Amino acid sequence: MLIDKKTVDYVAGLSRIQLDESQTELMQTELGKILDYMKILQNVNTEGVEPLSHVFSMTNVTRPDEVTGHFKREHLLANAPDRTDEAFVVPKAVDV
Amino acid sequence: MNWDIVIGLEIHVELSTASKIFCGCSTAFGGEPNTQCCPVCIGMPGTLPVLNTRVLDFAVKAGLALNCQITRYNKFDRKNYFYPDLPKAYQISQLHLPFARNGFVDIGDKKIRIHEIHMEEDAGKLIHSSGKTFLDYNRCGVPLIEIVTEPDMTCAEEVIACLTSVKSMLEYLEVSDCQMQEGSLRADVNLSVKPKGSTEFGTRTEMKNINSFKAIERAIAYESRRQIEVISSGGEISQETRRWDDNAGESFVMRSKENAPDYRYFPDPDIPPISFTDEFIASIQENQPEFAKEKAARFAAEYGLTPKDAAILTTDKNTAQLYEETAKSASPKETAVWMLGEMMYLASTTGAKPKITPPPFAEFINAVTGGKTNRTAGKQVFEYVFGGGEDVAGYIEKHGLAQINDDASIAAIVEKVLAANADAVAEYKSGKEKAFGFLVGQTMKELKGKGNPALVNAALKKHFTES
Repeated sequence: MLIDKKTVDYVAGLSRIQLDESQTELMQTELGKILDYMKILQNVNTEGVEPLSHVFSMTNVTRPDEVTGHFKREHLLANAPDRTDEAFVVPKAVDV
Repeated sequence: MNWDIVIGLEIHVELSTASKIFCGCSTAFGGEPNTQCCPVCIGMPGTLPVLNTRVLDFAVKAGLALNCQITRYNKFDRKNYFYPDLPKAYQISQLHLPFARNGFVDIGDKKIRIHEIHMEEDAGKLIHSSGKTFLDYNRCGVPLIEIVTEPDMTCAEEVIACLTSVKSMLEYLEVSDCQMQEGSLRADVNLSVKPKGSTEFGTRTEMKNINSFKAIERAIAYESRRQIEVISSGGEISQETRRWDDNAGESFVMRSKENAPDYRYFPDPDIPPISFTDEFIASIQENQPEFAKEKAARFAAEYGLTPKDAAILTTDKNTAQLYEETAKSASPKETAVWMLGEMMYLASTTGAKPKITPPPFAEFINAVTGGKTNRTAGKQVFEYVFGGGEDVAGYIEKHGLAQINDDASIAAIVEKVLAANADAVAEYKSGKEKAFGFLVGQTMKELKGKGNPALVNAALKKHFTES
């Protein structure tokens, strides 16, 4: 099946990516294939089966409430595209 | 036309664990920017968040205190959105199976229903300045519970009563310090209006950024008035998020660049599901503390307080503790009198937090009831104890605040006052009772407020019955 262009644009918007005309067309086909595959799965009878959110059967994987130390700020900031001595910097995020 | 106001709350509470919800960084408030961070909480790829076990204890304590059903099997979901307060581009939260549901808070005669409570991670702090945004992730990953009420409140008083009750319980549980000014208790107010009696809800707005009870009161007054005006003049309310600016006394539409409310929730694969056993829940339930309501009833019965006084003394955990510790070794009635009077007065006029502790406070109360100092001079002593002073006897002596219990000195002053106030004496003799009070006042003034009031009264009475 082919996904309509509006849906592809919407998903691209949510993902913060820009697609040109030909890429959008490609996505219409490729995303459509994924949904076709999902249709096969939808044929399986799942009545009475609880939705599965994790493939392992473990629960309550926790750690004790202990402060184990922090990374050096300089190391944390080292890869930031823009920064000051103490903070990460991004383009202004709110237009108030 | 008359209007009904409909209000629901989303109350965010930072849990007072030592470390963050998914990593071992400290949750301490006020650190230098980005000094309480690690690759997990700044969202580096390839890191594995692991749940802090104390978050589960604290969350269930709060859920049970708020009369909720605890979800035996619950899990975490990813709430996806692009906003730099969460560097992973998603928040680990609970959507499909929140850990608590269907509770309520008592506010006097009314029950405010709680829809659900979920666990999640707090976001980082953003500072917007000169066209840029500066990011501090110290707060990012601090554990939160979000308490979502039903739209059961109709005015600011009910909202404040609900928040006060929730805050009191969380403080008794010691699961949060509930410091609104530090953001560890924050409330978003969802508000709509409808014509009086109408069963259909109006469109609601959500107000964020409200960090004090006073601001909540003002924000509710402003927003309900604004909505009524818009509708009355033929307009429509649009469902939007508004930021309350307490200095301006207005709310503004937030024009966040993230405007798609499509969070694409899905189960977080990093955090395995949570399963609570009946034994675990029962053990938490057994160890719940005495809350304000029960404590007030006990205080009234044990210490002979009025229900109203008992309620005031028990709303806040520290106040209740101070009262009870002090009343163990001093007059419970006199202790209540000073706490409800002078202590509340000093706290509200100076804005200072009482540094008062039980042992000096009890010593002070005993000094008053034992006649070592009187109520007038005692106010100065109390102020000293209020500020954390501990040497009560030394302070009374050093500042000459001891009560004058010496009959001869009092009699001498009484003679002096009588001689100087012949008019008042004549008035009293002619039947004007008020003049007696005046003479007591003058005598106390001469004694610099330190006279034993009973002895002063007696000395004056003696004079008039003998003359």
